Amino acid sequence: MLLEALLVSVLLGAGIVAVAPNRYAGKLAAAISLVPLLGSFYLWSAFDGASNALLGTNPAFETTIEWISLAGYQLQWHVGLDGVSLPLVILTTILTTTAIVSAWTPIDERQSQFYALVLLLEAGLLGVFGALDFFLWFVFWEVVLVPMYFLIAIWGGPRRKYAAIKFFVYTNVASLVMFIGFIALVFGLGDSITTLGLPEITQALQAGELTGLAGLGPGALKGAAFIAMFAGFAVKVPMVPFHTWLPDAHVEAPTPVSVLLAGVLLKMGTYALLRFNFTMLPDVAKANAEIIAIFAVVSVIYGALLALAQRDLKRIVAYSSISSMGYVLLGLIAYTAHGVGGATFQMVSHGFISGLMFMTVGVIYNQTHTRMVGDMSGLADRMPVTVGIFVAAAFGYMGLPLMSGFAAEVLIFLGAFPSTVLPGAPIFTALAMFGIVIVAGYLLLAMQRTLFGPFDLETDYELGRAPVQDVAPLVVLLACVIALGVAPDLFYGMIQDAVSPILALGGGA
Amino acid sequence: MAAIELPTWAALAPALILAATALVLFLIDSIESEPDTTSPVLLTAVGLAGALGALAFNVWYLIADTGQNAPIELFGGQLMVDGMTLVLGTIVASVLALVVLASYDYIADDPYQAEYFSLLFLAATGMTLLGSVDSFVTAFLALELSSLPSYALVAYLKDNQGSVEAGLKYFLIGALSSAIFAYGISLIYGATGSLQFDAVAAAVDPTALPGILGVGIVMVAGGVAFKTAIVPFHFWAPEAYEGAPTPISAFLSSASKAAGFILAFRIFTTAFPIEAVATTIDWLVLFQALAVVTMVLGNFAAATQESVKRMLAYSSIGHAGYVLIALAALTPTANADLVLGAGMLHLLVYGFMNTGAFLFVGLAEYWDVGRTFEDYNGLAQEAPIASVAMTIFLFSLAGLPVGAGFLSKYVLFGAAVGAGLWWLAAVGAIASALSLFYYARVVKALWIEEPSQDFEIDTYPVGLYAAIIVAAVVTVLLLPGFGLVSEDAIAAAGALL
Repeated sequence: MLLEALLVSVLLGAGIVAVAPNRYAGKLAAAISLVPLLGSFYLWSAFDGASNALLGTNPAFETTIEWISLAGYQLQWHVGLDGVSLPLVILTTILTTTAIVSAWTPIDERQSQFYALVLLLEAGLLGVFGALDFFLWFVFWEVVLVPMYFLIAIWGGPRRKYAAIKFFVYTNVASLVMFIGFIALVFGLGDSITTLGLPEITQALQAGELTGLAGLGPGALKGAAFIAMFAGFAVKVPMVPFHTWLPDAHVEAPTPVSVLLAGVLLKMGTYALLRFNFTMLPDVAKANAEIIAIFAVVSVIYGALLALAQRDLKRIVAYSSISSMGYVLLGLIAYTAHGVGGATFQMVSHGFISGLMFMTVGVIYNQTHTRMVGDMSGLADRMPVTVGIFVAAAFGYMGLPLMSGFAAEVLIFLGAFPSTVLPGAPIFTALAMFGIVIVAGYLLLAMQRTLFGPFDLETDYELGRAPVQDVAPLVVLLACVIALGVAPDLFYGMIQDAVSPILALGGGA
Repeated sequence: MAAIELPTWAALAPALILAATALVLFLIDSIESEPDTTSPVLLTAVGLAGALGALAFNVWYLIADTGQNAPIELFGGQLMVDGMTLVLGTIVASVLALVVLASYDYIADDPYQAEYFSLLFLAATGMTLLGSVDSFVTAFLALELSSLPSYALVAYLKDNQGSVEAGLKYFLIGALSSAIFAYGISLIYGATGSLQFDAVAAAVDPTALPGILGVGIVMVAGGVAFKTAIVPFHFWAPEAYEGAPTPISAFLSSASKAAGFILAFRIFTTAFPIEAVATTIDWLVLFQALAVVTMVLGNFAAATQESVKRMLAYSSIGHAGYVLIALAALTPTANADLVLGAGMLHLLVYGFMNTGAFLFVGLAEYWDVGRTFEDYNGLAQEAPIASVAMTIFLFSLAGLPVGAGFLSKYVLFGAAVGAGLWWLAAVGAIASALSLFYYARVVKALWIEEPSQDFEIDTYPVGLYAAIIVAAVVTVLLLPGFGLVSEDAIAAAGALL
C-alpha cells in the first residue's frame, strides 16, 4: 500500500494547498512534496523487484483490488513498480520538489492554485508510472493533461492560450488513436484474458493467444495496433513529425512547468513505447526496425538542426529534447541489453538534465526578463554561480564524461552498434552520433554569445546574483546529474534486471 | 428475496410515485384560496420528496434484483419491469430531483409554479413508463405523456419570445414526429398483426409484405430519433434547449433523451431483432450512418456557437451520436451485453454531467451574466465553487478523467472497436477531440480570461448551488464507483438480448 499512500498524500496535499492563502502556498507545497520525495526514496531502499513488471511476476509494492466488472473483463486497481518505473518515480518526485521551489520567484499570482495543480500533476505522473492495469493507467495518462492545460494557460507567456489548447487537443487526439489501437488488441485476444491488466495482456500476446478481429488476421491486427499506439505515443515523446506542439507549449509555459513538461511528461511517451510497443509487440517492432530507426535518427538530427536555428534559449532546449528522445528510440529498437537499458537510463538522465537546463534559463530570465540569445551577453560576470551551473548542465547535455548524459548516450551507442535486430545498425548509430556534434555546436554557440564576452543587456533591468531559493534547486539537480554520471549503477542495475526479459522477446542479445 | 412479498404492480412504484406527486401538486395548488399563492418552498419540498422517493424505489429494486432475473409482466404484456426499466427510472428520477431543486430559484419570480412542477412530474412519469413499455400501444401513450407536458414546459416563460417560439417549434415538429411514429406502428401492425413487442418479433416474416414492414420500421426509427434529437430529426433541439427555462433544457436533454434511447434499445432488440429483420431492413447500417452524421454534425455545430447554452444543446446532439453507437455496434460478432450496457452507462453518467452543466448556465442566467462565452470571462473569481463544478462537468463531457464521462465514453468506444467497428470509434474519437476544444473554451473563459464586465452577484441561490454541487460530486464519485453501476447496466442489457 506504499504507492497508494504516496498518491493519497499528494492528492490530499493538492487539496490543502488549493485552499491555503497565496502567501504560504509555495512553502506549503514544497513541504508537502517532501512526503512523496522521501517516500520514493524509501521505495528505492525497500525495492525488491527483480524482473519486468509486465513479463515477470510480482513487481515490487504490488496491490490488486477489484474495481469495475465489464461484461467479462475485470478492471482493477493494479499498481506495482519494477526497475524501469522506479527510477522514473524518483525522477518525478525530485523534479516536482525542485520545480516547486524554483517557482517561488517567478509565480506571483494565484499561487495556491498553481501549486495545487503542480501537485495534482505529480499525482497523475506517479500514477502513470505505477499503474499496471490498462484503464487505470489510462485514467492517470489523461488526468495529467488537465493540470498541464491550466498551468500553461493561466501562468504562461503571451501566446499561452493558443499553446495550451494546442497541447491539449493534440495530445488528446493522440490518446484516442492509441486507445483504439490497444483496445483492438484486447478484443483480439478474445477469452484468453479476463482482466485488462497489462501483465496479463502482455503474457497472453506472447503466448500467441491473439485471434483476429473484424476481418483482420492476428498479424494484420498486430501491425495496425502497433501503428496506432506508436503514433499515439510519438506525439507525447514527441517524435518528428509529431513534434509541433512541443515548442509552443515549452516556450509559453512558465519555467517550472517547462521543467516538468520536459523532465517527466515527455518520458511518459517513451515509457509507454517501451511498455506497450516494444514489450507487447516485439515481433512487429523487429520486423520494422529500419523504419523505426529512421524515425529515431530523423528526430535526433532534425531536432538538433531545429535547435541550431533558434534564438530563444527555451526553444533551444525544447528542440534539443526532441533530439534526445530520438536516442531513446534508437536504444529501444536495438533490443540489446545496453540499448534498451541505456534508453531507459537516458529517460531518467534527460529528465534531470533538461529540467536543470530549463530551470537555469528560468533563473536567468527572472533576472534579465529576456531569453533571446542576441539580447544579452557576458552574464558570467554578474551571475557567476548560475552561469557556472548553466555551463555544467550544457556540458552534461553534450555528454561530458562523469555526467549522466555521457553514461546514457554511451550505453545507447554501445547497445545500438552491435544490434542484430536492426539491419545496418552501425550506420544508424553513426548517423545518430552525428547529432552530438550539432548539440555541442548550438549549445557552445549560445553560451558563448550569452554568458561570455563583455556585459550587455537589451532589457533595462538591474542584474544581480540570483537569490538562494532560485539557485538551490539547480544545485540539487546538478548533483543528481553528476551522481548518475559517476555511479550509473544507482539505477542501471535495476534497469538491467527489468529490461533483460524484454531482450529475449526481441531476439537480441 | 425481500421479507415482504410485494404485489406485482408494486414494480411500477417509481412511475406511480411520480404520477401521484403530480396530482398532489395540483391538489395543493387548488386548495389555496388565492390563485398562485402556494409557497414555493412547499412545492419544491413535495417535488423533491416525490423525486427522491421514486429514486429510492428504483435503487432498491436494482439492489434487490427485482425483475432482473425474469422480467415482471403487467397488464397482459403491455408493460414490463426489468433491469433496463430500473436503470432508466434511476436516470429520470435523479435528473428530476436535481431539476426540481434548481427550479426553486430559477422560477422564483414566475407565476404558475405549481403547474410547472406538476407538468414536470407528468413528463417524468411518461419518461419512466417508456422504460417499461412492452407494446407499441403503451409506447405511443408513454411517449405522448412525456412529450405533451414538455411542450408546455418549454414555453413556460410566456413573456419571453424565445421560450414561446421554442415551445411552438418543439410542438409542431413533435406532433409531426408523433404522427410518423403512429403511422409506422400501423404499418407494423399491418405487416405482423401484433403490437406487443415479442409477438411482433415472432410474427416478422421477411417474405410477406417486406415493404410495409420495412417502411414501418424506418418510421418508428424516425419517431425515436426525434425524441433523442438524432440528426436529421434534431432541428427542434437547439431552439428548444436554448429557449426553454434552463432547468427544463437540462431535463429534456438528459432525462427525455435517455428515455428515448431506452425505448429505442427495447424496440430494436425485442421487436425487431436484427437476425429477423436483416433481410427487410438492416437497421445496423441505418444507425451506423445516423451515428456518424449525428456525432460529426453535433460536435462541429457546437464548435461554432457563441452562446454557451446553444453550445450545450449541440453538444447534447453530439452525445446522442455517441450513445447511438450502442445500437449501431450490435453486430453479430459484438459483445452485445457490453455494447448496449455501455450505451446505458453513458446515458446515466450523461444525466448528471449534462444536467449539471445546464444548471450552471441557469445559475449564470440567474445572475444576469449573459449568454456568450465572453460573458463568462472571469466568473470563477466570483463563484469559484460553482466554477470548479462546471469545469468537472465540461471536462467529463469531453472525456477527461475528472469524472465518469471518461469511463463511459471510452467503454463505449472500446465496445465499438470490439464489435469490429473501429472506424465508428475513430469518427467518435475525432468528434470527441473536437469537443474538447469547445468545452475548453468555457473553462478558459471561467478561469483564464480577465472579467469583461462588472458582475453584480449579491445572492448565492441555495437550490441551484445545491443541485450543481450534488451533480458534480456524483459525476466525480462515479469514476471510482463506476463498478457499482456498470454491473447492473450490463446485466440489464444482457437480459434484453
